[in-house]
Amino acid sequence: AGGAAPGRAGAAAGPGRASADAVSAPAQGGGSAVIDMENMDDTSGSSFEDMGEMHQRMKEEEEEEAEGEAGAGEEEDGEFLGMKGLRGQLGRQVADQMWQVGKRQASKAFSLYANIDILRPYFDVEPVQVRARLLESMIPVKMINFPQKIAGELYGPLMLVFTLVAILLHGMKTSDTIIREGTLMGTAIGTCFGYWLGVSSFMYFLAYLCNAQITMVQMLSLLGYGLFGHCITLFVTYNIHFHSLFYIFWLVVGGLSTLRMVAVLVSRTVGHTQRLILCGTLAALHMLFLLYLHFAYHKVVEGILDTLEGPNMLPFQRVARDVPVISSAVLNTTAKAVALTL
Amino acid sequence: FPGLADVSISQDIPVEGEITVPVGSHSPDEDYSTLDEPVKDTIMRDLKAVGKKFVHVMYPRKSSALLRDWDLWGPLVLCVSLALMLQGGSADSKDDGGPQFAEVFVIIWFGAVVITLNSKLLGGTISFFQSLCVLGYCVLPLTVAMLVCRLVLLAGAGTISFIIRLIVVVAMFGWSTLASTAFLADSQPPNRKALVVYPIFLFYFVISWMILTFTPQ
Repeated sequence: AGGAAPGRAGAAAGPGRASADAVSAPAQGGGSAVIDMENMDDTSGSSFEDMGEMHQRMKEEEEEEAEGEAGAGEEEDGEFLGMKGLRGQLGRQVADQMWQVGKRQASKAFSLYANIDILRPYFDVEPVQVRARLLESMIPVKMINFPQKIAGELYGPLMLVFTLVAILLHGMKTSDTIIREGTLMGTAIGTCFGYWLGVSSFMYFLAYLCNAQITMVQMLSLLGYGLFGHCITLFVTYNIHFHSLFYIFWLVVGGLSTLRMVAVLVSRTVGHTQRLILCGTLAALHMLFLLYLHFAYHKVVEGILDTLEGPNMLPFQRVARDVPVISSAVLNTTAKAVALTL
Repeated sequence: FPGLADVSISQDIPVEGEITVPVGSHSPDEDYSTLDEPVKDTIMRDLKAVGKKFVHVMYPRKSSALLRDWDLWGPLVLCVSLALMLQGGSADSKDDGGPQFAEVFVIIWFGAVVITLNSKLLGGTISFFQSLCVLGYCVLPLTVAMLVCRLVLLAGAGTISFIIRLIVVVAMFGWSTLASTAFLADSQPPNRKALVVYPIFLFYFVISWMILTFTPQ
């Protein structure tokens, strides 16, 4: 009874003793460091999958017996069972050690990479700051000879990407986009996140080549806030289907946010060629993305695609779902009236 | 101890009694007694807990029952029923224009996980599963809205039905957002509540949009 009580208490503290077990395990059982592989019995039950169970049982066995008796007991067991028992014991020790090492490595890797606190400093913002940065992202800076400060935060950009996903979803629904392989949501998320992460990485790589003073988080943040212009433009033009309105928005809103990003990048780069490369690439990618988002989910393109793929579909006669019929009709007429009066 | 030799105890002070401390009314056997109860009791207990949480969502008060005993049964049931009701909304019969079952599932759970991570990163004191539980339960008003929309669409798909559906969905969307905000915003530092509310707003907005644009064939 005296041995059982500490056994139960020890089993409760089992996980904490894993490291202690790893040290004590080689001291017990077979003393030979050289393993005779050709005589190792495969049916000794030392499969890797069973190791967890065996390990648990072995731990409990250890804890119930006194410290010094464990080794003697197992040696006696081995001798009693004969040569086969001893080799099986050796195999179990080896598999047990492999299990221990694997478990330690996995838990170390998990605690290193799945630690959410790595990202915590990038989310340390106030609502006022986010609002200020959103408005600033549309205002191009004038001073390009002095490196401009970029806030390395990820909350604003992440929320803007999700907002863009929601707006894109709305646009795809109203233009009756039919995704043949994949889903609407998957396409929207893939497009927006792919742009944000992919173009950021590409621009960071270019910045590295052109010797610009910018870190990856700052690049992500800069590009993310540049999506604010995209969100505004798409939100307006997905509802009011007016080509000229879209072009005006594209130039003005898209242009402003591009100018801001370009100015910030220029202020952090030295040398004319490098500045030209960086800014040209960023401006091109940014403006082209907005163009793509508008036209890829537009009714006209949908009609063309259908004429190419399905002869049953009549082009330019697709009707949007009944949801935006009233709203878009009202918006269209008001926009036309406003355009006429101006 | 020579000093204690002449200590005398008066006869009326009790010096004898039971040395064993009473263990209390429960014995180790009663811990496992839930194994012996009829299955109906077990299921009814869980159903009652889920039902109580539904009531908490419909009438959001500042109670901690939803947070303390979190469970994911309610969110699972709501998610599955919402995904089932959103089936059959394709524009063509040969292509699927409406959301697939898996799409709705993934949106709800992935969105809830992202909101939870966001609120934790912003310094929230709520745990991962508690937040998932609250967000899942607050989908209840939107499920009710989906039910109403389906019933309304049975009567026809005209302008009036659209207006009714719009009003119902907007009202339920507001209710969902308010209910989840009432539970989740308390766990944040006071000046950052807006940062946590916005993703919740976006999440329920996407779900409401899926409900509103549902047109059956």
